[in-house]
Amino acid sequence: MPFTPPKESYNGKIFELALGSGEKALAIGGENVLSFHGFEGSTPRKPVIAMEVQDIAPADWPQTVQDVYKDVSGDPVAWALHCQDKLGAEAIALRLTGTHPDKGDISAEQAAATVKKVLEAIKVPLIILGSNHAEKDTAVLVKAAEAAKGSNCVIGKAQEANYKTIAAAAMANDLKLIAMSELDINLSKQLNILITQMGFDREKLITDPMCSALSYGLEYTYSVMERIKLAALAQNDPVLQPPMLADAGMYVWKVKETQAPEAGLPEWGSLAERGIAWEAVTASSFLVSGADMLIMRHPAAVEAVKKFIAEMEV
Amino acid sequence: MALTGVEIFKLLPKTNCKKCGQPTCLAFAMKLAQRQVSLDQCPDVSEESKQKLGEASAPPIRPVTLGAGTRAVKMGEETVLFRHEKKFVNPCAFAVKIEDTLSEADAAKKIDEVLASEIDRVGQKLRVDAMFLSNDSGDAAKLEALAKLAAQKAPDVPVIISTVNPDAAGAALGHFSGKNAVLYGANAGNLPAMAEKAKAAKAALGIAAKNLDELSDLTEKAKGLGIEDMVIDSGARKAGEILRDNTYIRRAALKKGIKQVGYPVINFAERGDEMLESLVAGLAVKKYGSIVVLGAVRKWKDLVLFSLRQNIYTDPQVPMQVQQKVYKIGEPGPKSPFLITTNFSLTYFIVSGEIENCKVPCRLAVMDSEGLSVLTAWAAGKFTASRISQFITESGIGEELEQKELIIPGYVAILSGAIEDKLPGWKITVGPREANGLPAFLKARA
Ligand code: SF4
Repeated sequence: MPFTPPKESYNGKIFELALGSGEKALAIGGENVLSFHGFEGSTPRKPVIAMEVQDIAPADWPQTVQDVYKDVSGDPVAWALHCQDKLGAEAIALRLTGTHPDKGDISAEQAAATVKKVLEAIKVPLIILGSNHAEKDTAVLVKAAEAAKGSNCVIGKAQEANYKTIAAAAMANDLKLIAMSELDINLSKQLNILITQMGFDREKLITDPMCSALSYGLEYTYSVMERIKLAALAQNDPVLQPPMLADAGMYVWKVKETQAPEAGLPEWGSLAERGIAWEAVTASSFLVSGADMLIMRHPAAVEAVKKFIAEMEV
Repeated sequence: MALTGVEIFKLLPKTNCKKCGQPTCLAFAMKLAQRQVSLDQCPDVSEESKQKLGEASAPPIRPVTLGAGTRAVKMGEETVLFRHEKKFVNPCAFAVKIEDTLSEADAAKKIDEVLASEIDRVGQKLRVDAMFLSNDSGDAAKLEALAKLAAQKAPDVPVIISTVNPDAAGAALGHFSGKNAVLYGANAGNLPAMAEKAKAAKAALGIAAKNLDELSDLTEKAKGLGIEDMVIDSGARKAGEILRDNTYIRRAALKKGIKQVGYPVINFAERGDEMLESLVAGLAVKKYGSIVVLGAVRKWKDLVLFSLRQNIYTDPQVPMQVQQKVYKIGEPGPKSPFLITTNFSLTYFIVSGEIENCKVPCRLAVMDSEGLSVLTAWAAGKFTASRISQFITESGIGEELEQKELIIPGYVAILSGAIEDKLPGWKITVGPREANGLPAFLKARA
């Protein structure tokens, strides 16, 4: 008896977003079906993995990830080039951690200078991230946006507390903008509406529904992403049609499972592989639930997710 | 195809006698359509209706049990495509492939690893659930020797016998009578003989098809041969094929009521590259696999996959809560800081994660606030000065501290005076509002 595949088609489509410029420019989104569902619709763009680089040495990363970058991590330009040239990164996410008041309180001007240097050095698209301090980010990201004018890169994250200034800066300098809210489809929707009401083009947004790590709330992010994607496609809700981001590495490399040595917890097995698998499984889960772009830290985890993406093509 | 409430109603006695506990037959019919009641609650339904309804009210994905006793794994019975709609029902089983080409010592080692895989995770005992005994050699005697070894060493661990040779199947299954084994490997060439072996051993039959067309053909034929319990494989091996076929199968069973694919799915994740294997296995966990076959047991891989399965199969309706108690982070001494927060699991994860990360040992009191975050709990009257002070007093934690000091979240700074009044001898300190302020706050005190 022949089996008739119950295909689904939708009225909605995710916006296609171009990032960067020149030969290494990229695009994400554009799909009119759920992630990796090319068997019943169109998925013109592969998900993109941006590798994370910081403006200061990553002293609060676990040793296993610090070590792989130890020769370059003092210098954001060298670090970014290492990711681009040696590790084959398709995009770089520069997190301005050092601007956080607790982590060095680097000035907005100095941060903008770092952004400029990194942008001049690399060819792949750049994602500029603040330190996630709502107040300081307003000052830092405004200067950073000016420094990145015309580069067609991404800046973020605009949150409920600070979106006005950051969205205005992104608009003035023609950048793409990440809008982040906390694990709720309605909050994501509301923030995207507020930002577009300022005149910001909705087709230049990236939705970050807030990430989480395996065992530490993964299922919340996973389900919020699925709900956003379904609303975008099945209900054709344009507010939820921007591509989605999962900022995975940051959440993963904080949890105990990526730090506790095997000696103390023999039943958890090898720390090196456990940490990499923690990041790779977390990140690939969010690709399955709907993310179009990932931010990741460990090169071996990035490698594994790239192989996974390749195997997902039928 | 599932019947609607009205269609079911037509088959009921229509006496409204209320023996089923429902006010009317129609109400009962509506509940039956939603699977909220079962047909045997109506004592008066006719045999003829029972038969018609029995078929229609069977779950769209047949329940199949793998193994017997305390380690038995229930599979199937899923009702949704997305976990936000409703809880996924039966967590998938992880099975490790053990080839009959291995030496006895190597096979014994793998069996030992399965037995040693159990870990305690957030109050649940998790383990590699099953052994997939694979007739790679093609030799019936070798498969039987492996089956014998497995049955001796791990008599309680559920087993899947994989072979395309009915004689090899029969001999191997002989070691697992009464154990609800699965016989995997029924295909277009061997179906009747395999079905016979499975029936004789009361094993479920694992259909190994080349594609979805062949799959629905084979399950139909197996049913005709009297096989009820099946586990199905569409032949998908690449990750993308697994997603595609599992999605089609789940949709067809649930939305179209296609019985031919209404069975638990078995997926194969084993890869030479074990990191990739973890991701492919993870895909099967998320996307509708009921048995996931792995190549090898590794403690790190187990932990990752067990955790993922736990996350995906939690109930999305229940706000996740952490147990109320004083948690130790690192190895706190009498001088270490003592903080309090609410029991919303995300709040707990984020707060404990920040403390963990800054490596200042602390005690963290997690107070039952019905799964609400700090601000919401405070607004709802669940995180109040009297409740906090009562919890702290009852915990007896004061005895462990050199100086009785409690650090409260910055968002509830307003409570500090009231708590101090209710906790004589305690000093109340206001901490940062957001968890990401904790590292600097704690380090500055150290
Ligand atoms: S017990 Fe049967 S006949 Fe009586 S009300 Fe319920 S459904 Fe109707």
